[in-house]
Amino acid sequence: MSAAVSIRGLRVSRGGKLVLPGIDLDVPPGSVTGLLGPSGSGKTTLMRAIVGVQIVESGDVSVLGMPAGSPELRRRVGYVTQAPSVYGDLTVRENLTYFARIVGVGGDRVDAVIERVGLAGHEQVAGSLSGGQLARASLATALLNEPELLVLDEPTVGLDPVLRRDLWAFFTELAAGGTTLLVSSHVMDEAERCDRLVLLREGTVVAVETPDALRERTGASGLDEAFLRLIEGGER
Amino acid sequence: MSATFATAARVLAQLRRDPRTIALLIVVPCVLIFLVDQLFAERPEVFQQVGVPLLGIFPLVSMFLVTSITMLRERTTGTLERLLTLPLAKLDLLLGYGLAFAAVAAVQATIVSLVGFGLLDLEAGHSKLLVIALAVANAVLGMALGLFLSAFAQTEFQAVQFMPAFILPQILLCGLIVPREDMAEWLQWLSALMPFTYAYDALARAASTEPLGARFWLDVAVVVGVTLLALALGAATLRRRTP
Repeated sequence: MSAAVSIRGLRVSRGGKLVLPGIDLDVPPGSVTGLLGPSGSGKTTLMRAIVGVQIVESGDVSVLGMPAGSPELRRRVGYVTQAPSVYGDLTVRENLTYFARIVGVGGDRVDAVIERVGLAGHEQVAGSLSGGQLARASLATALLNEPELLVLDEPTVGLDPVLRRDLWAFFTELAAGGTTLLVSSHVMDEAERCDRLVLLREGTVVAVETPDALRERTGASGLDEAFLRLIEGGER
Repeated sequence: MSATFATAARVLAQLRRDPRTIALLIVVPCVLIFLVDQLFAERPEVFQQVGVPLLGIFPLVSMFLVTSITMLRERTTGTLERLLTLPLAKLDLLLGYGLAFAAVAAVQATIVSLVGFGLLDLEAGHSKLLVIALAVANAVLGMALGLFLSAFAQTEFQAVQFMPAFILPQILLCGLIVPREDMAEWLQWLSALMPFTYAYDALARAASTEPLGARFWLDVAVVVGVTLLALALGAATLRRRTP
């Protein structure tokens, strides 16, 4: 099967600083790929390039068989930024109803998605939700039209362990249904839930493998340690 | 098209959550027009001259401010970036805003006109409906200018400063305070470059009993033209790809 995302020689500078010096990466379809790396390693920039909102210097980013940012992909790719982006002065339902009309799905999807992210019964405006609830409201928006590729930038930041577990179970479920997920995180116990891990350090891919293979290769007992060995090993 | 109406409905829903702003939008122009009436209590002919144009200038100013802040919020909270990753045409967004604020402006202009024409005995030389229609057109102009200029503000403080920087000079030079023909020549030139001048002139002509004349239609054409230009420039500031 061809890759859901295929990147060749991607080079991106932001604010005069070279963030991605030239990345090659393939993301297989119907899987959960974890994008890991220290802050500032270029995770968000890479995700933005895949969604097609990042101005890139050079390189090819192909998403679902077409250039990233193609108009048709706006229906097929869902993107959730790290900072929740919903209207704080509207309720969750009002927010979702608006976005549903933009992507062209019905009110039944709004109900289903609210249920799915566990926000049923929250009738107050989004601005007065807790951080975790707000993050889920933002995630819900991207689920409305069931995109083939979901790009989620740190979707579980600030969530309690129960919610994190539930969301990851949900991600696995989506992938089993054929959705491709690219999820960035810096929490290593979440990495365990991914089919594949992409480790990024200073804009360079230092490893692409399954959690098991990563542990085996580095001889580390946990992913945390495996990760540290790879990150720091590269500096020696 | 449905995305346009969805956007308009969403903008109005947001505004509904802010009753204080609605109250300010409606009450402030009414209070101001009453103040102007009282100011010229001894010279009703002056009130007659400035009162009607003011009815149409209020919506311009308030929609400019409301739009520039709302749009700035869209930019800073990330909702604009999200919208631009969705199958939404930029025109849908702009027209949605236009539709919503034109509706608000119609309500605002109607109420302040009722006060002006009904309680304060203002007279519209041509027709009261023409004044209200011009007020709505001005509101859409204010919206388009606010939309465009909001791209140049990074914070709400900056956006609010556009009021004295961008709006006040136009109010001073549009002919409302000193007739244009009494201004120094260079001020007249400056005034000729300002959209408010045409908005004011059209209102002043609608208020007078003289025939509207060709100049009125030029005024209307400029107001519509600047609105479209500002919308086009505003659309150009909405970038799907950013650095």
